[in-house]
Amino acid sequence: MTDFSAVAKGDELPPLILQVTRADLVRYAGASGDFNPIHWNDRTAAAVGLPGVIAHGMLTMALAGRLVTGWVGDPAALRSYGVRFTRPVVVPDDDEGATLELSGKVRDVVEGEDGSRIAKVDVTAKFDGRTVLGRAAAEVALPG
Amino acid sequence: MPDESWVGRSLEPSEPYHVSREKIREFATAVGEHSRICHEVAAARAAGHPDVVAPPTFAATITMPLMESFLRDPAFGWDYSRMVHGDQSIVLHRPIRGGDELVTVVHVDDLTTRAGSHMLTLRCEIADVDGGAVATTKAMLVTQAAS
Repeated sequence: MTDFSAVAKGDELPPLILQVTRADLVRYAGASGDFNPIHWNDRTAAAVGLPGVIAHGMLTMALAGRLVTGWVGDPAALRSYGVRFTRPVVVPDDDEGATLELSGKVRDVVEGEDGSRIAKVDVTAKFDGRTVLGRAAAEVALPG
Repeated sequence: MPDESWVGRSLEPSEPYHVSREKIREFATAVGEHSRICHEVAAARAAGHPDVVAPPTFAATITMPLMESFLRDPAFGWDYSRMVHGDQSIVLHRPIRGGDELVTVVHVDDLTTRAGSHMLTLRCEIADVDGGAVATTKAMLVTQAAS
């Protein structure tokens, strides 16, 4: 259990390893309304030059955000969050899917306008050992 | 060639988007967010929220159809079929919750052309029907310039 009163610059968040399968992409397509076929159709993905069906960037962003909200235990605590989409996450048509490795580090702890303590967190998301999100950073209110 | 005269302008406010409990639950499940405040009204209320809470990136998701209809309008001259999402940011002024009625105004902040690509920044200001700020999202979208 993290002692949030002691959170400081340089602290590392508990890492998260997630599997993303084709079924997850279909579910996210329905939930988000993003039915672009490059996220579920191999023929379309190949036709536009992709190595295969790729995850929605916004799904990768959401999953990486869970590293931060899961750490503080509150999805309502996120104040800001931004990413660059630098490399696609290719999701094979098998039971394991793609493995996403998420880690994060506290860049700074500041006082928010409402007096809450805000942690600025740099997030790293890797697929196949290479980063897929650039400049991924979140600001989250710390509990207590 | 996208119409540069759009830069600095904004679109008409959207029709209100009604945030339902079920959409929040569906979206939370799709991103693997199992926090009880996203699924159970009682848990959300116990944590001080009026209703279930949407995961943070839900804010950007509800702006996507608004951006798409603008970008598919031939009047703007954008090649939607070759578009990729370059970056995305979200600032939450407060969490989005079940029962919210949200109005979005899309602003065309920037358009630049470099190395054969058009880069467009669209900012979405999301407010409740009383005008209270809820979220600000920014998407940078890239498409190939006609060669």
